[in-house]
Amino acid sequence: MTIAVLIILGVIVLMILAIIGVYNSLVQKRIRCQEAWSQIDVQLKRRYDLIPNLVETVKGYAAHEKETLERVIQARNQAIAAQGVRQQAEAENMLTGALRQLFALSEAYPNLKANENFLALQEELSSTENRISFARQHYNDSAAVYNTAAQSFPNNVIAGMFGFQRQDYFELEDTAMRQAPKVSFNR
Amino acid sequence: MAVETFYTQIARNKRNTWLLIIAFAVFFIALGLLIGHVWGGGEVRFSIATAAAAGGIAFILTLASYYGGGSVLLGLSQAKEITKADDPQLFNVVEELTIAGGLPMPRIFLINDTAMNAFATGRNPKHACVAITTGLREKLTRDELQGVLGHELSHVRHYDILFATLIAVMVGVLVMLCDIFLRSLWWGGGGRRSRGRDSRGGGGGAMAIMAIIALVLAIISPILARIIQMAISRQREYLADAGSVELTRNPEGLAHALAKLADDPEVLEVANRATAPLYIIHPIKKFEERSESIFDTHPPVRDRIERLMALVR
Repeated sequence: MTIAVLIILGVIVLMILAIIGVYNSLVQKRIRCQEAWSQIDVQLKRRYDLIPNLVETVKGYAAHEKETLERVIQARNQAIAAQGVRQQAEAENMLTGALRQLFALSEAYPNLKANENFLALQEELSSTENRISFARQHYNDSAAVYNTAAQSFPNNVIAGMFGFQRQDYFELEDTAMRQAPKVSFNR
Repeated sequence: MAVETFYTQIARNKRNTWLLIIAFAVFFIALGLLIGHVWGGGEVRFSIATAAAAGGIAFILTLASYYGGGSVLLGLSQAKEITKADDPQLFNVVEELTIAGGLPMPRIFLINDTAMNAFATGRNPKHACVAITTGLREKLTRDELQGVLGHELSHVRHYDILFATLIAVMVGVLVMLCDIFLRSLWWGGGGRRSRGRDSRGGGGGAMAIMAIIALVLAIISPILARIIQMAISRQREYLADAGSVELTRNPEGLAHALAKLADDPEVLEVANRATAPLYIIHPIKKFEERSESIFDTHPPVRDRIERLMALVR
């Protein structure tokens, strides 16, 4: 009798421990997703911060390219103000296009291209484009790991019990945006 | 190359590391006991003392290399730490990759040498250091640099450096132990044998068999240990190449870089036999021209490029 009771108690204790283990690992994976997501915002903000500098520098050499410069500023402000994932994606898309145009335009100004400040900004911006796409990639990787963990048996039972929801992947309809613009210049 | 297999690969690497270390430690202690048994003529206390001494040395060396190996290696390679102001682009490339991998930023070192090479060290991602030669820095494009640094960061991410260090120490101590044992046989070492026989009485035949087993093991195990060590090293190189592509999603960058590295005729002067396995390609001999051998630390470059290009669809 007592042995049977002990065995049952032991099984219950083991089950509780297993549930705690699964729960904690799911929490950890979800936190990793959230961190990855916030990293995207960090990198987007980095880009917003770099743009005024860039515009100022370009102005000194190509002041009459007002239209392009204004478009960059406008796209930046729109991207900052954008609400919701979809609108934000569109605004970012526009900003990427405007920036690409700005860098294409710089080809016509040898003095600008020789400017050290401009070159540094160009490197920083092209790096930021890479960072944004890598941050998105890392978010998707983390989301895939979390989703796989939360959906496979027996974790899905525990995930259902504690309301672990599926994480959405970062996807963009426009493929041009997914590929960071090639402002990078091989040296 | 699904994401899932990548994470499970890291988990498997960690598990394999521990299994291998435990198996090696068990074998090591068993061999120590056996050699002690032969030396001490069957006296149990003496064989335990021998195993304990060998185990103690291995333990201390492992700890020392675990905590100090990185800085010794960087010192041997005459690597100098640089800051972001020294080379913003290089730092940007590394920072981008750390974002892709969710890794902390490693310290970056330059080796002033025109030969092209790179290595990573440090016991875990938090203490990682990446060193590249000035030759590599100057001759690679941004994409190629990204591929090479992705390879190095993958070594960090897979805990390859910890793994390689621990194995190197254990193989080293094992070789030392076997060496001492074999030398002791030349010297006779019969002094204790008679005393052992007095206390035990009989068992002379069993003793002889033990001695022969110990002798055979002492000859074979260093060779086996090295073959296993090199096989693991080559496996890790392929894995780091794949890991680099997981980060950059651009197999061509690393493939082009490897081709350039293989064509580079220069020899890295600060590298030696001990540090060679840690570099991205073998720094001393022209590797890809030699046939594949079980004692090679790196797979042939042509093979690595082929595997990378298979990822381009």
